[in-house]
Amino acid sequence: MFSAIFPILAGVSILCGSIFSLLAAIGIVRLPDLFTRMHAASKAGTMGAGLMFLAVALISFNGPVILRAFVGFVFLLLTAPVSAHLLARAAYFAKQPMTPLTRIDDLKNAPPPNN
Amino acid sequence: MNFAMISLVLALVWVSITGSFSAPNLVMGWIISLIAMWVVRNQMTTPVLITRMRRIIGLIYLFLYELLMSALRVASLVLTPNVNTHLKPGIIAFPVSAKSDVEITLLANLITLTPGTLSVDVAEDRSVIYVHCISVDDKQKVIRDIADGFEAKIIEVFE
Repeated sequence: MFSAIFPILAGVSILCGSIFSLLAAIGIVRLPDLFTRMHAASKAGTMGAGLMFLAVALISFNGPVILRAFVGFVFLLLTAPVSAHLLARAAYFAKQPMTPLTRIDDLKNAPPPNN
Repeated sequence: MNFAMISLVLALVWVSITGSFSAPNLVMGWIISLIAMWVVRNQMTTPVLITRMRRIIGLIYLFLYELLMSALRVASLVLTPNVNTHLKPGIIAFPVSAKSDVEITLLANLITLTPGTLSVDVAEDRSVIYVHCISVDDKQKVIRDIADGFEAKIIEVFE
């Protein structure tokens, strides 16, 4: 009885995870420049993949698998922001145009990097 | 109370690593955790670990909550028609008071995963993180939110 609830929770979690991933993809298509697109990719994408890890943990009933799902989620949290940050930084210094909607650019006055 | 909590957490870790979720195995893990804690009892008596644990857990909780909020916000933003009319993007300079590499890395990661903000660059002298915001209405408010929220918590954990 009690264990019957886990497949349902896992299903809900997979469904929500795939919706977030889909929205991240739609965001990449719809938003105007790379910087705003990275917002969609980094947040909604991490959330989507994280929920799928959660689903694996819920349904496996297997300690090592749960532990690995958890570790996978932690690595995702560590790497997704770093890649978003590197892409945004590279795009900025490669003079990738920002959307004309952009209001403030404090980075413009900063000295350019050496590397 | 705190020691009981730690021994329970250790027992759960034992159960998940040995891979058998049975009551005898949980009891076994609990006994082993008690023995392990008895071995390191001199180090365990320092309350610093406990308060720091509580702060770390507070930080993790705040972070997961903010991640959920930011994913929901990006999701609703992506689905609005005429998405461009809702955008007021901009890059703002956030003055960092955190010093060490670990703190700055953690802060930059947390900024990226929280609503409406994305860290783009760190100044060479580490005094400023440049943050891309998807919607800037009030630059000072964004800076205040980060400084009072994550940065304060991170400094608490690492002080």
